[in-house]
Amino acid sequence: MDFSFSDDQIMFQEAVRDLLANECPPEVVRAAWENDTGRTDGLWASLAEMGVVGMTAPESAGGLGMDETDLVLLLEEAGRAALPEPLLEHTAVGIPTLAEAGGSVAEAWLERAAAGEATLGAGPDDGYAPGAATCDLVLLIGGQIRAVPVGSASLVEHRSVDGSRRLFEVDGDAVVLDADAALAFDRAAAAAAAQCVGVAQHLLDTTVEYAAQRFQFGKPVGSYQAVKHHLANTALKIEFARPAVRHAAWCIATGEPDRSRDVSLAKALAAEAVDLAARTALQCHGAIGYTFEYDLHLWMKRGWALSAVWGDAAWHRNRIAEALGM
Amino acid sequence: MDLSFTSTEEAFREEARTWLAENVPAEPLASMDTPEGFEEHRAWEHILFDAGWAVVSWPERYGGREASLVEWLIFEEEYWASGAPGRVSSNGVSLLAPTIFDFGTPEQQDRFLRPMARGDEIWAQGWSEPDAGSDLAGIKTRAPRDGDHFVIDGQKTWCSRGAFADWFFCLVRTDPDSERHAGLSYLLVPGDTEGLEARAVGRLDGEPGFAELFFDGARVHERYLLGGEGEGWAVAMATTGSERGLNLRAPGRFMAAADRLVGLYKELAESRGSDLGRRDQVVSAWMGAQAYRWQTYATEARLRGGAPIGSEASFMKVLWSELDVELHATALRLLGRDGERADSSWMDGYVFALSGPIYAGTNEIQRNIISERVLGLPRR
Ligand SMILES: Cc1cc2nc3c(=O)[nH]c(=O)nc-3n(C[C@H](O)[C@H](O)[C@H](O)COP(=O)(O)OP(=O)(O)OC[C@H]3O[C@@H](n4cnc5c(N)ncnc54)[C@H](O)[C@@H]3O)c2cc1C
Repeated sequence: MDFSFSDDQIMFQEAVRDLLANECPPEVVRAAWENDTGRTDGLWASLAEMGVVGMTAPESAGGLGMDETDLVLLLEEAGRAALPEPLLEHTAVGIPTLAEAGGSVAEAWLERAAAGEATLGAGPDDGYAPGAATCDLVLLIGGQIRAVPVGSASLVEHRSVDGSRRLFEVDGDAVVLDADAALAFDRAAAAAAAQCVGVAQHLLDTTVEYAAQRFQFGKPVGSYQAVKHHLANTALKIEFARPAVRHAAWCIATGEPDRSRDVSLAKALAAEAVDLAARTALQCHGAIGYTFEYDLHLWMKRGWALSAVWGDAAWHRNRIAEALGM
Repeated sequence: MDLSFTSTEEAFREEARTWLAENVPAEPLASMDTPEGFEEHRAWEHILFDAGWAVVSWPERYGGREASLVEWLIFEEEYWASGAPGRVSSNGVSLLAPTIFDFGTPEQQDRFLRPMARGDEIWAQGWSEPDAGSDLAGIKTRAPRDGDHFVIDGQKTWCSRGAFADWFFCLVRTDPDSERHAGLSYLLVPGDTEGLEARAVGRLDGEPGFAELFFDGARVHERYLLGGEGEGWAVAMATTGSERGLNLRAPGRFMAAADRLVGLYKELAESRGSDLGRRDQVVSAWMGAQAYRWQTYATEARLRGGAPIGSEASFMKVLWSELDVELHATALRLLGRDGERADSSWMDGYVFALSGPIYAGTNEIQRNIISERVLGLPRR
């Protein structure tokens, strides 16, 4: 039993954190809300250059041959920065699923995806595929995995409350992949959970900062116990979600028999953490947090979206109950 | 990162499980908050000690087997899963002992640790006073020096099993002119000291598990001073780190209770059918125990990397204490008309669980600590 990350993993995390701190400030996230694609100018290329985009592909396909335990820290960082790029769909779900499936679809797409030349999207079969219009191939995950080339597909777009998430219904000629759909779903749920943790951490950090410098009644509002306890409760939820999320990543990477149950534990805890973080962040900011100009809502809305997709807390709690034979 | 157990760890688990299966008493012992139950639990501590299971993580010379922290966590998982009795010596072993390891002289370590581990000397904590609960620095019990002795006058209260204990670890004011955190000392007091009287007080369950301690010129030799004279606050804070964190209440205890709760749900669902609302409450409890488990293993890695446990112990205290209440409340609701019956272990567990958010620093105090010391919010 060793829950520590390697120096390399920590260094990779720090490098990505630095990159996002420089290249993904709130203005960039905001720009993604306004533009045609919901994505950034060039961040995906920077991430590809660092090896992040294709990291989960085998080295033979031009990737880094890394697994979920390497990726989980980066997904947390992506959440922390509200990165509007398809790290979940492409790197956490698309690439490993294609690598597992092999065959003609993998042959056509895997190397290009690993190099960042082609973008993979993903969505639940009965849900939306975010950002599908900017992708080349979308995986629709249900009882099976259907791969739909975007070029020949028809897309119906819907707006998300998170302006950088462009939601698509995807319909088109599909190839059914020879890959485990339950595993692909779990990859997505665990990745969403990791991003939830990052979003929640950012909401907490910025709210602590704000509460320490906003004065009312001659004192920082963060000195009032009601505010403190809201934030302590949020910190508690994050503290106990994060290790469960990292454990879920390890379960996927090693093929643990209880994988689905423990991914559900992670997603349910992370969803509950980010839901509470969003609520308390807004409450502790007061009206400034309720404005469109203030950046807080970029993270709140990302949190709402990520909490709900790939199974919300209630869905995953039911799956746990079933796994426990109840 | 490797979250599987090594073959050594698995072998350790197997050995513990086998021993427990063969040795855990078939019938539950009487409540340790009664004089008879206390002695029954003491006898169980002897059995554990003689087989090398009382203090697995301690050095061999004090009766341990130098197990790693992970192995200790494994032991706790197996211990509680086996349905073994509560640990009557835990205030000594889990709270005082880590403090003795850190602050005790070699003579004190040799004098106290082994008898504590074997249950020959069972310890009680004498900190709280009628006017000093959460505000521990407000204690008034005086113990000025007289030659090589300290002379204690004052009153302690809420002392768990103080009416039966052999020794007390007390926080007292050795500098009578001092205030607040200064001038305090950490004294180890023999239960048979003249001028010390322990009077039992009934707890919520009616058992005499609390004691009030009255000190009237009780003389304690300076060799029983733990840490420096006047430095009691710093020593006491080391104890609270153990009290709040995983030492006192490891995840195994709650994992076992959550598994029993899942079992209870299934058993009742067979006769009454499923009940999705209650099922979800059971899931909450199971999730809480699992979340605590993984957070603890993550903490273990940080500690091994040299990080101090520090204020993060407050996270654990809030989690396990609120989880314990929720878990038992769920069980009572599942039991339906039998929920209010006094003869169920779930009701005993519920009544005890309710004290968790109060003792070891109330959960309001823990939330103050989390917000001020972990998050860095302004104190005023
Ligand atoms: C089962 C049990 C066993 C115990 N065993 C021992 C023992 O062995 N030895 C021992 O010394 N003590 C023991 N205690 C006592 C325990 O340490 C105290 O109960 C605890 O420190 C709280 O003090 P209090 O009861 O005086 O409550 P108070 O401090 O009077 O608190 C009353 C309420 O006010 C709240 N409050 C107080 N201050 C603040 C603040 N600053 N901010 C917000 N809220 C605040 C508290 O959270 C609580 O809700 C035990 C208690 C229990 C219930």
